[in-house]
Amino acid sequence: MSEVLIAGKSVSVNEEGYLTDPSQWNREIAEQIAAEVNITLTPKHWEVLEYLREKQQAGEMLNIRKIGKSGIVDIKEFYQLFPGGPLKSASKIAGIPKPASCI
Amino acid sequence: MVKTDAAAQKVEKHPVKKVLVICARGTLEDVYASLIMANGALMEGMEAKMFFTFFGLEAIRKGNSDNLHTATVGNPAFMRNLPTMVGGLPGFEALASSMMKKEMEKLDIPPVSEFLEIIDASGGEIYACKLAADMFHLKREDLIDEVKDIITVGEMYALAEGEGAQIIFV
Repeated sequence: MSEVLIAGKSVSVNEEGYLTDPSQWNREIAEQIAAEVNITLTPKHWEVLEYLREKQQAGEMLNIRKIGKSGIVDIKEFYQLFPGGPLKSASKIAGIPKPASCI
Repeated sequence: MVKTDAAAQKVEKHPVKKVLVICARGTLEDVYASLIMANGALMEGMEAKMFFTFFGLEAIRKGNSDNLHTATVGNPAFMRNLPTMVGGLPGFEALASSMMKKEMEKLDIPPVSEFLEIIDASGGEIYACKLAADMFHLKREDLIDEVKDIITVGEMYALAEGEGAQIIFV
């Protein structure tokens, strides 16, 4: 765990770059992390990010099946919005821990 | 002893970039193992292709994907010391399989049919074995829509070409 500067704010991240404290997150931080993986956040992206944060705060386990059934995106769209390992990258951008799930 | 500069010694990483999962069995646990591995690869940003052969075709046969069972006779891994006579009672296998499926659902693991849809939607490619299909007299229309093609073993190997590719046999 270490302190890094993202979008001008000092936040704690783990060795994989995930925020260890979701409350330290803000939209600028999301944009910077997204830029590092070549993603430009559109309104649809923000909808998904907010959904993820909401579920994580409610203590719900996140997995790809849930997201496909969320009503916000279907799985094909999710992979298009966040190419290559969508749950991994979306949760990093959303400032929440990487979901530990096999689905 | 030669002292090496730790900074100069770069350890090269060779991540897995794509997987070909061959599913040759039709039991519930074997099919799920292959699906979880293929989907897991996709979730990690890897490419994943699946090849169903022999009894694996049972998992991609239209209307049959959710009818898979686990063995309760001759399966020493299922309930150690279960007498064969008990495991073979009518309905026992179906009951055991149903209980396993319920446990999966509790963990939010989808039924096989939905799982295959998810893999397809996530960019995974699903293939069937031509030899096995011929042997079981199955045609393209007998298989689920997600199947991309029925192919030979040589074409299957072509699916695994490229750097960082791994073949997993279940």
